[in-house]
Amino acid sequence: MQKSKLQFKIQNLTELTLIETIQALKEKQFSEEELNKAYLDRISTLNPELNIFLEVKKNTRGIPAAIKDIIVTKGIRTTAGSKILSNFIPPYNATVIDRLLEHGISVIGKTNCDEFAMGSSGENSAYGPTKNPWDPTKVPGGTSSGSAASVAGDMCVFSLGTDTGGSIRQPASFCGVVGLKPSYGRVSRYGTIAMASSFDQIGPITKCVDDARMVLEWTSGGDSYDANCQKEKEKFTLQPSRLQVGLKGLKVGVPKEYFGKGLDKGVEKIIKEAILKLEELGAEVVEITLPHTEYGVAAYYILVPSEISSNYARFDGIRFGHARDQFGSEPKRRIMLGIFALSSGFYDDYFAKAAKVRTLIKQDFERVFEKVDVIVGPVSPTVAWNLGEKIDDPLKMYLSDAYTIPASLAGIPGLSIPCGFADNLPVGLQILGKHMNDELVLNVGEIYEQATDWHLKKPDLRFKI
Amino acid sequence: MKIRHVIKLANLPLAPEEEEKYSQQLSKILDYIKELDSVDTSGVEPTFNVSGQKNIMAEDNIGSCLPQDEVLSNATQKRNGLFVTKGVFEE
Repeated sequence: MQKSKLQFKIQNLTELTLIETIQALKEKQFSEEELNKAYLDRISTLNPELNIFLEVKKNTRGIPAAIKDIIVTKGIRTTAGSKILSNFIPPYNATVIDRLLEHGISVIGKTNCDEFAMGSSGENSAYGPTKNPWDPTKVPGGTSSGSAASVAGDMCVFSLGTDTGGSIRQPASFCGVVGLKPSYGRVSRYGTIAMASSFDQIGPITKCVDDARMVLEWTSGGDSYDANCQKEKEKFTLQPSRLQVGLKGLKVGVPKEYFGKGLDKGVEKIIKEAILKLEELGAEVVEITLPHTEYGVAAYYILVPSEISSNYARFDGIRFGHARDQFGSEPKRRIMLGIFALSSGFYDDYFAKAAKVRTLIKQDFERVFEKVDVIVGPVSPTVAWNLGEKIDDPLKMYLSDAYTIPASLAGIPGLSIPCGFADNLPVGLQILGKHMNDELVLNVGEIYEQATDWHLKKPDLRFKI
Repeated sequence: MKIRHVIKLANLPLAPEEEEKYSQQLSKILDYIKELDSVDTSGVEPTFNVSGQKNIMAEDNIGSCLPQDEVLSNATQKRNGLFVTKGVFEE
């Protein structure tokens, strides 16, 4: 980045990306104190309306990142959006937090989320719903609701979210920002309050793809506290040179199952335009089929509640938190569903069956990745819906994650990048890659991003300012 | 689904009107999940882990740990540096 261009942008320093912020600090364009003050001012103006932060730290040092309130932060209240943890002050940091601190990042606040990351709209938080900065009558998506909304509203430089069935990608899509669910096993989950351990991943939500790559590089790599986390530390090098070559030689698969009934016409149009753009950039687009896609949601809602029912035995009100009657509706539903699926006489029909369907979904992807390099499609069948619209119909809410759940079942990386607007609300393009090929997913996203300006669009927040 | 049995196994205190609400919602979800029956899974192995990792071992070493007062800092009830729990053998 040229200095002159950066100086021009510094008039609005909360609009700078992470990489620009680091450079500007290096050049002493402004101090860390000024940076923190600018973000804190924005939070105090916007948060009463949008309900994005549950906790704010009045820092004067570090580069401010917002952290989903399901990731534990030493000495900073961590509630997971639940009443059961309303008084929980963690005595230690999650591994990802320690890794960010080593890179000069500070925690500016903890972001609102669906209770224990269970939901799709942000409305399951015990602390009230987060509002979408693009339109406060709409949901921001979930469950990393505040993490996505805080980046969209320029209330932090970047944020961390967690994704079990789409909880980074879908809110990133609804809020018009970049969100990456890394490959399962890429980032240590130590210190993240578990939902479903064979699915959960932590990932960045950022203003551009390059920022996501940088945060992934900082946070990924082996950790003896998470045995599923891959030991080798892979380098995610910033690769501006790749941009010269475009997408020539890249094979992009478009699954026909992601364009069936239920996909909103407006979203479909935007996604198809994005795919044309990839073609223009040199990619070869191939129609593919992922035949078990339609069973993803059903398998997920057996496997995930089963893991939850076991994981959530730890909430006993003895070592931390309140008694179990303080769970909200969605955790109660999922605990009961999981207990049932695992109970004697039903295990084979439900849990074992779903685990086999998981194999078939994983094999769908493996077969396709023999022929194509990445898969693209919509993140969500619709744009952000109205607050309250689906809250009384849990099944309808579950079905809204039909395009993000299969990648979670298979453990593969998924990126959401802004690719346009339908009904004046952001639409995200989902890019999926092979397990542990997060680098290629990011590169494809970045080449698309460089050729378009969707990621530069900002919500009009004058309703408040 | 026998909701009373599930509630007992789940150790979830529910009000009677809640039992009715959840019972209906869960039945609807389970009806949907029955779609899985139409998938042929004969000869398919189940998947429980997608990390590609196997038999990850750790050295059996004593590492650093939190001081006792910090470990107890979030407990509702503590006595003599220990957590207070419900009695196991009391009636």
